[in-house]
Amino acid sequence: MTVHFTKDHEWMKIEGDTAWIGITTYARHALGDLVYLELPETGRKVSKGEHFAVVESVKAASEIYTPVSGKIVEVNSTLSSNLDDLKEDIETGWIVKIKMSNPSEVANMMDKTAYDQYVSTLD
Amino acid sequence: MTQIDDTRGLDYHESLLWEKARSDTPGVDLPTPENKPLRTGQNARAEIGLPQISEPQAVRHFVRLSTKNYSIDHGFFPLGSCTMKHNPRLNEKMARLPGFAHLHPLQPMETTQGALALMCELQRWLGELTGLPGVCLTPAAGAHGELAGIMTIRAAHLHKGHHHKTVILVPDSAHGTNPATAAMCGYTIRTIPTRETGRVTLSAFKEALGDGYDVAGMMVTNPNTCGLFEKDIREISDLLHKAGGYFYGDGANFNALVGKIRPSDLGVDVMHINLHKTFSTPHGGGGPGSGPICCTPELAPYMPTPIVIKDQNTYRLEQAGERPTSCGQLKGFHGQFGMHVRALSYMMSHGKDGLKRVSEDAVIHANYILSQLQDDYHVPYAGPCMHECLLTDKIQKEKGVTTLDIAKTLIEYGMHPMTVYFPLVVQGAMLIEPTETESQAELDRFIHVMKMVAQDVTAGRTDTLHTYPVSAPRRRLDEVKAAKEPNLRWKVS
Repeated sequence: MTVHFTKDHEWMKIEGDTAWIGITTYARHALGDLVYLELPETGRKVSKGEHFAVVESVKAASEIYTPVSGKIVEVNSTLSSNLDDLKEDIETGWIVKIKMSNPSEVANMMDKTAYDQYVSTLD
Repeated sequence: MTQIDDTRGLDYHESLLWEKARSDTPGVDLPTPENKPLRTGQNARAEIGLPQISEPQAVRHFVRLSTKNYSIDHGFFPLGSCTMKHNPRLNEKMARLPGFAHLHPLQPMETTQGALALMCELQRWLGELTGLPGVCLTPAAGAHGELAGIMTIRAAHLHKGHHHKTVILVPDSAHGTNPATAAMCGYTIRTIPTRETGRVTLSAFKEALGDGYDVAGMMVTNPNTCGLFEKDIREISDLLHKAGGYFYGDGANFNALVGKIRPSDLGVDVMHINLHKTFSTPHGGGGPGSGPICCTPELAPYMPTPIVIKDQNTYRLEQAGERPTSCGQLKGFHGQFGMHVRALSYMMSHGKDGLKRVSEDAVIHANYILSQLQDDYHVPYAGPCMHECLLTDKIQKEKGVTTLDIAKTLIEYGMHPMTVYFPLVVQGAMLIEPTETESQAELDRFIHVMKMVAQDVTAGRTDTLHTYPVSAPRRRLDEVKAAKEPNLRWKVS
């Protein structure tokens, strides 16, 4: 199992044609103290680059983008009341599961090493 | 049983009127109407829960509250992208002239010629300073002006039948109101990344533009929110125009350019002017603001209505339907007329040379601060800057001191903090806009406190920095709890 990363600080775990998507620990710390997470409806169709959730911190509201197109098949609704879980944790930190309509979109994403290197250039 | 509140020295602890009220205090004594229903539809005062309080208690309550407001009249207010400059008292005197102050918006126009002449003159000054002669004064504030500007662009595209133009380009360093405005007007936002240089580069713009077929326009603030001048803007606006898009200029940072550059020369087609920033009408709780828009002759037919028109020697407001291509009326009556008086007073009292000097001094002040603090704080994009300078907490963060701690320390030293954590593209941003109206002594005091913080961090004396403010009426507030469990209504406990 591989975890993929985007420049917008999302992580994505793939199993078959399903993708688990969350935000990275780096993003979480950059946002500051979180106060609110707006989750999408199950069943919504999203295309690559579209925002599907909004996370609000004491500093700002930030949109979370999907790196792949497809249909949202499950939403981790427990996150709304457990914002501390919103991090790079595949068991509890995923926001949505998306059934991918075009798995080839995963091709150009970063692995953990490449992402860590990318993050080190940001500060 | 009497509880003593937290008043010490002359720092008044002021509770709510409802908490002060006592049933044995006589309030204002009004006769109780007998056998007549009250016009408010209520039965009696007591039943709607008005506090029973005497006149002197009520007067003291509001006077004490007024002393708790920190304003530009109290002290240094370097809030970046907000241009908190001194509001000359002359402006206030002009706005209070009975002929202006006591006008009624529905008065016949032959009795309000002076006021209309003033608005017409303000239109002319704004047209001259921006190089954009189509001026509508009615938008009520900056974001309202943005809405007016983008609606103008949209009306122009629709009139030309350009229904395929559905995208507005916005840099990621923009004020949040830019993408919000474009979205409100039904446009899709395409972001231009600026993180690496702090500016919109030609290559990043070209990539966002693509073939330009779907691009309706672009919204850019110049100087931008990193305090930097957009150097490639002329080439960028040329390309945008070739693709059939319009350039919306966000006028929030116009204080750096007045009298030096006309935005029309940079290719701006329409922009708003924050009279309450650049032209010193009060803002920040003291509003109302005022956000006139200025546009090219090409876009003028589409701007909101009404504008003031001069027919030979008389002035009048444009009539409904007189300009059928207009995007419509966005504000009742004349807009914020009192602000028009203040802004024109400011312009006329400064004159052409004075306004140019305003921009020059604003830029020099920001560069003075940058030059004094650049060895103590991380500077994300090398200077010189324009009218505001951008620092970050990168160096201090290694010792656990963040932008928030630095801002709170400034409060401890009796200053309003700078803009923090904005622009969003810069981690731990501190955006400092001193404005031209501060004295060097005031700038030096700010620099001194900032240097002291940096030295404390270097020496490891960070504990107190996390506790500030300690002298303010309130200590650090629980921002998370305030956002998650807002308590907005007082209830009898």
